[in-house]
Amino acid sequence: MELSVTVNGTGHVSEVEARTLLVYYLRDELGLTGTNVGCDTSSCGACTVHVNGESVKSCTMLAVQADGQEVTTIEGLAPSSDELHPMQESFQNNHGLQCGYCTPGMVMAACSLLDENPVPTEDEVREGLEGNLCRCTGYHNIVKAVLACSGQDVS
Amino acid sequence: MIPAAFDYKKAGSSEEAVALIVEHGDEAKFLAGGHSLIPMMKLRLAVPSVLVDIAGVEDLSYIDDRGDHIAIGALTKHRSLETSDLLIAECPLLAHVASKVGDPQVRHRGTLGGSLAHSDPASDLPAAVLALGGSLVAEGPNGQREIGVADFFTGYFESALSDDEMLTEVRVPKAPGASWSYQKFNRRAQDWAIVGVAAVEVQGAAQVALVNMGSTPLRAEAVEAALAGGASAEEAAEAAADGTDAPTDLNASPEYRDHLARVLTKRALEASGIS
Repeated sequence: MELSVTVNGTGHVSEVEARTLLVYYLRDELGLTGTNVGCDTSSCGACTVHVNGESVKSCTMLAVQADGQEVTTIEGLAPSSDELHPMQESFQNNHGLQCGYCTPGMVMAACSLLDENPVPTEDEVREGLEGNLCRCTGYHNIVKAVLACSGQDVS
Repeated sequence: MIPAAFDYKKAGSSEEAVALIVEHGDEAKFLAGGHSLIPMMKLRLAVPSVLVDIAGVEDLSYIDDRGDHIAIGALTKHRSLETSDLLIAECPLLAHVASKVGDPQVRHRGTLGGSLAHSDPASDLPAAVLALGGSLVAEGPNGQREIGVADFFTGYFESALSDDEMLTEVRVPKAPGASWSYQKFNRRAQDWAIVGVAAVEVQGAAQVALVNMGSTPLRAEAVEAALAGGASAEEAAEAAADGTDAPTDLNASPEYRDHLARVLTKRALEASGIS
């Protein structure tokens, strides 16, 4: 099947099997391996990307369902190669990661959360990230990073 | 996990979608948000040979005020239900229950029609719609028909839709005000309800539906009858498991689910002030 999709601002036209999942298209066809496959059952959120600006789990979406849409992955978040996105910077400053495996998905989910709710309470951050699991259990600093990125005092 | 191979067809309208389903027979399935179907296909629990993608049928995503009821297009996403000012004002139970489905990523993709057509007895939205009453509109090769929600859920993952019919609209009565509650009990964030209870007052009548207490979502008829007969919330809730057939799984035994149904019904009735 022909797939025409914009990923991180660049248009791609690819030939894919209909059953190709979006996450494998991004990783294997486009080489964008920042998006991780964790549970592969739409539970853990490690594969979270944005489709038309909204967070989705790319292991539970067919690549062909993204036809004609705009996809953003963790690689497309930073404004340039020597600058981080504010959310990435906040994760760094607040030690919002341990092993790092969940981090790309956490950052993408967190950006989508702040798009919808720019100044969330701590509870809203925790609920808003319920689709993302950190098996290092590093949640406190992740929540802190998201609150800090929304401009709230976390000291 | 990768689904088995299938042919993929994209429909631009509901007429085209029905024509494609008729053409490809019972091996074909509609694909909306895909958040129930794709996981089942990855596990090879569903192996359709043709998928008819209806997500591009844009005129099926709407929430309209129709006077005495709200009409919702079948492709309306959970996130749109959750944030709809109209729904929050006129049918807050449904907006709230939509916000309790899965997690934000799931709610960005999942659709109301998909959830109802999937007819999972452990799902939140089917029970909410059942509690509200109302009806569903299906389109098939012979035109449209309206199905009362009480007749829609026919068995475990089975609905009154025939193989060549597509759910196009959901009609729920207006139920404004504070007399509603949804009590969902689970042990993990984002999980299905081990048991859930939706209670809402619709035109003066107390209506209660149960999640995961049988092979379909169920109306708690014994509770409703007790309330109509003047029982207190606490007394009526004692009847919550009557006439149900709670499943057993790794999460809970039927006895534990019966207990949960009584406790959650009491909480729902007390929280909503329904009596």
